[in-house]
Amino acid sequence: MRMAIFGRAVPSSADTPRPGEPRNRWAGKRRTARWGRSAATVAAATIVLGFLGLFFAWPVAAIIGLGLGGGVSETLTNVRTWDLVAFTLGQAAASTALALVAGMPLAYVLARVAVPGKALLRAVITVPFVLPTLVVGMAFRTLLGTGDGGSTSALFGIVLANAFFNVSVVARTVGGLWTHLDRRTEDAARSLGACGLRVFTAVTLPALRPALGSAVAVVFLFCSTSFGVVLVLGGGTYRTLETEIYLRTVRLLDLSGAAALSLLQLAAVVAALVIAAVARRRRETALQLRSADDTARRPRGAEWFVVSAAGMVVLGLLVPIAGLLIRSVSTRDGWSLAGYRALSGTGSGAVLEVSGWEAAWNSLRTAADATWMSLLLGLLAIAVLVGIRRRAAAEVVDAALMLPLGVSAVTVGFGYLVTLQFLPGDVRTSPLLVPFAQALVVTPLVVRMVLPVVRAIDDRLRQAAATLGASPWRVRWEIDVPLAARSVLAAAGFGFVVALGEFGATSFLARPEAPTLPVAIARLLARPGELNLQMAYAACALLMLVTALAVLAVERLRVRTETVGEF
Amino acid sequence: MGLQVRGLSVRFGQTTAVSGVDFSVADGEVLGLLGPSGCGKSTLLRAIAGLERPQAGTITWNGADLDRVPVHRRGFGMVFQDGQLFPHRDVAGNVEFALRMQGMGRARRTGRVAELLDLVGLAGQQRRRVTHLSGGEAQRVALARALAADPRLLLLDEPLTALDRMLREQLVVELAEWLAGQSTTAIVVTHDHEEAFTLADRVAVMARGQVLQVDTPERLRQCPADDEVAAFLGHKAGSRRSG
Amino acid sequence: MNRFLRRSARIASAAAVTVLTAGCSFIGAQGDEQNKRTVTLVTHASFAVADKTLANFERRSAIDVTIRRHGDAGELTNKLVLTKANPIGDVAYGVDSTFASRALGEGVFVPYRPEGADRIPQRYSIEGSNRLTAIDVGDVCVNIDTRWFAEHGIPAPTNLRDLTDPRYRGLFAVPSPATSSPGLAFLLNTIVTFGEPGWKEYWRGLLANDVRISSGWQQAYNQDFSGSSGQGPRPIVLSYASSPAAEVGPDGSSRTRALLNTCYRQVEYAGVLKGADHPDAARRVMDFLVSQRFQAQVSEQMYVYPAVRTVALPESWQQVAPRPQRPAGMAPDRVEQNRQRWVQQWRALAHG
Repeated sequence: MRMAIFGRAVPSSADTPRPGEPRNRWAGKRRTARWGRSAATVAAATIVLGFLGLFFAWPVAAIIGLGLGGGVSETLTNVRTWDLVAFTLGQAAASTALALVAGMPLAYVLARVAVPGKALLRAVITVPFVLPTLVVGMAFRTLLGTGDGGSTSALFGIVLANAFFNVSVVARTVGGLWTHLDRRTEDAARSLGACGLRVFTAVTLPALRPALGSAVAVVFLFCSTSFGVVLVLGGGTYRTLETEIYLRTVRLLDLSGAAALSLLQLAAVVAALVIAAVARRRRETALQLRSADDTARRPRGAEWFVVSAAGMVVLGLLVPIAGLLIRSVSTRDGWSLAGYRALSGTGSGAVLEVSGWEAAWNSLRTAADATWMSLLLGLLAIAVLVGIRRRAAAEVVDAALMLPLGVSAVTVGFGYLVTLQFLPGDVRTSPLLVPFAQALVVTPLVVRMVLPVVRAIDDRLRQAAATLGASPWRVRWEIDVPLAARSVLAAAGFGFVVALGEFGATSFLARPEAPTLPVAIARLLARPGELNLQMAYAACALLMLVTALAVLAVERLRVRTETVGEF
Repeated sequence: MGLQVRGLSVRFGQTTAVSGVDFSVADGEVLGLLGPSGCGKSTLLRAIAGLERPQAGTITWNGADLDRVPVHRRGFGMVFQDGQLFPHRDVAGNVEFALRMQGMGRARRTGRVAELLDLVGLAGQQRRRVTHLSGGEAQRVALARALAADPRLLLLDEPLTALDRMLREQLVVELAEWLAGQSTTAIVVTHDHEEAFTLADRVAVMARGQVLQVDTPERLRQCPADDEVAAFLGHKAGSRRSG
Repeated sequence: MNRFLRRSARIASAAAVTVLTAGCSFIGAQGDEQNKRTVTLVTHASFAVADKTLANFERRSAIDVTIRRHGDAGELTNKLVLTKANPIGDVAYGVDSTFASRALGEGVFVPYRPEGADRIPQRYSIEGSNRLTAIDVGDVCVNIDTRWFAEHGIPAPTNLRDLTDPRYRGLFAVPSPATSSPGLAFLLNTIVTFGEPGWKEYWRGLLANDVRISSGWQQAYNQDFSGSSGQGPRPIVLSYASSPAAEVGPDGSSRTRALLNTCYRQVEYAGVLKGADHPDAARRVMDFLVSQRFQAQVSEQMYVYPAVRTVALPESWQQVAPRPQRPAGMAPDRVEQNRQRWVQQWRALAHG
């Protein structure tokens, strides 16, 4: 079956210019292009680091600086301080491990299994992330019947609740890369006689390592700075660096003690980031990335075990969610939608300045602002990270970007009080401050979700584009952007959701005339009266609904980009 | 005139991949770069494409130094060993890539893509996803994509290695006929001497980053420059002396 | 603020202007009205005022009041202390008797005696200072679920000592003094009532009687207490004297009752901040806070009692949430001097 086509003449296109001849002209352009590229990298780095410096490093340094003095060494030499460090890291490690174990089957299902309603599944597992920690803490308190801090069940509750929040981080980060892994590598290994588990540990797991490293780093940081959950479930007995920094700063104004603990927290975070970076470095070869629909198929054989495990995890996630929903419609006198009706008001005794609906609208607007800011910062940061040739320098910038996830919102918030007054204009009361603070938290997530995908793009694809006449910027646009588009969209959606649920920094900065939903919920819970409680739970339900809708909207958008990406 | 390579060396840190290589490729000629894996032939090809920066030596095209000409302005087409098709674009999207870079209008692109697909035996397959192509089809698309730019020099890096033997033997003949019929200037990197002899007008035998001998297939077969060349070409060590 | 901060501020400010002006947001910039005087009232998160009352004041005085809420009384006080060189507002409301000494000691407020301050009982004022004016009084009291006690045929407790009685074992829920404002007030109450070191003995009794300690009022009241809509397991909780007013059923009676012998008085103060941008307008706001109009609505809005004695409580309150007659209290400077030590001692006692 010979194909004689090779023998035919190539249609000539003499009108196509043949480039390359006038040497000097190109030489000049090359130099400009190279300079332009590095200048662009420097400019992007300046914006990213400038923002971080202004709204993170400076406030944190300032508030720690205020507390430096004799009290610091006293705190550091106290045995109880080190118990605190050990407990903080221990509970974070346990929570991360649990989130990882529970998140992996979900990641597998999202990436590899063709099931109907995957968008809905994605929405459901994302909902926990936005729920106010106070509310989730209370939900787990009821579920586990814990009240007295110090009990084992309280400890279990802390780990369980932390994992509950972070399962979606694992599922999304790992699932994102898994979707793009070439399934044929696994199939090849299987055809060579390796069993399912062997294929997983020998082929899949190493390939997933960049995403796993990212997920572990993010989840660990979230868990080690977990505040509401530890406070509510720990009942004052179980304390972490985060809750202790809060108490020392906010209640005792013991700035030197807080400074000492903040330094410890920073050290722990940096150590965790270094470990994560080392883990990432050990494996970073280019992967065969594929589009998503090639890799999903119906499960077979032992894969059903993984699918059912994922089902169990989803059920587990649904229990507290269902509990909250039931709580929102049950009153002392039976079922009632009073809480939902109350959303159009400001709570009994006018707890809020605005209605529940307006609070929801504030949440959406603030989160939208935070999302575009984080996307801008995150993509600039990725451009910088990819552009930095020296590995060590890139790692430092990468770690610096992650720091805001691991530093107490209280430290940053009190830092704002002492630094922002020096900025022109009334920045301290600017409505932009809330999205700025949220962007600090969301940007590292954008970087963590998109960077592994960008780094996994085979450099030879870029080279192929270059040999076909694409300039370096054009290569980014033609290769990196479309291949990373899905992960960028996913990151945007997830970032939006994180901003929706962000409470720590927001409660510090939110102006009362524009409370977000989580802030409104906290205020409602702080008042007696059945209606306020009902309204708080209804507001939680509203927050979940908004989240689910946001995730579904992003899913639709993702499907559409996939088609658009063909042309 | 064509391509001239003079004293070219490429180093990666301490390792020297290509060391003081000289050769030239005349206009319309097909040169085979033959050698065992790791001999530096792919690096040499990539240096010519502009993907690696040489530490020493010059590469000129028609007498013009290419040192400061970036990859995308060299006008050299390249076919990678495993295709490196863009996974987010369909067959047509891959083939027309260079045409879009040149700013060609959509209507003209469509026509040209059809011609090229026809040429490589994939007529009418424009809308197929490249991830669904077989290995042979993928390499045909890769070739069509490289040809679309109408390159003044075509660089083929082990274009058939990834394919199974049957398909390889089939395609190598077609490729040879086509390269000859087109009077295309090309460099084909391969570790298979039969493939090199079928495709190339002249073959450069490489080992340890150096070119040992450049000659026509016939002369290489008849009088290898030394034992090493002879050994690589499949002669017994003493065959030259005895024959 | 040290020199390093000032210098870095100058460099940073240039960058900030660029960032801020570039950021075109959905929210947009706030429009400033030039003609109207504006004044910023910083307060705690529980602050509330009836819309029409505030609007009325703003219209008559031509002052625009911007309200900024900052956490609870402790957080508010500490923020005021941190920013005293460049205050975050003009007038502050919500520093309570637990934290007043710190605010005064740090020189956060300037003297001002608002119009009508003579109607505020002398016992609420802080000795030798007219920098803080009492605006409202909140009494932290033990609350009980009256129906539970009726159903179980157990007589309700009447004082703090009763709570260590084995009869009430496992019935009491209290927020932690280390993490919660009312919790701290309760600790101070036990110190006033049982003295030092008698309070420790009392707490050992509470702990032995299976008191449930939660981190916040929300968990104790909304989750553990059987009298709230949370319908928890415990019929005794630490809350406020006013809480029963929020648990009034359709028949007009409350499901809960405050034990008026167990109350600790927390006075909430307001004052003009030192270095305020608008001291004149701030003084007018102080007058407003003491005025009949404002005082008349604090109970409904904030679940506290008005400081001005001549202001009547709402009718329903007189039934279900009357003022405690002889609540305990502690001088602010004694609180300030010992607070940290007491909390630490309590922690050692409760959590080992």
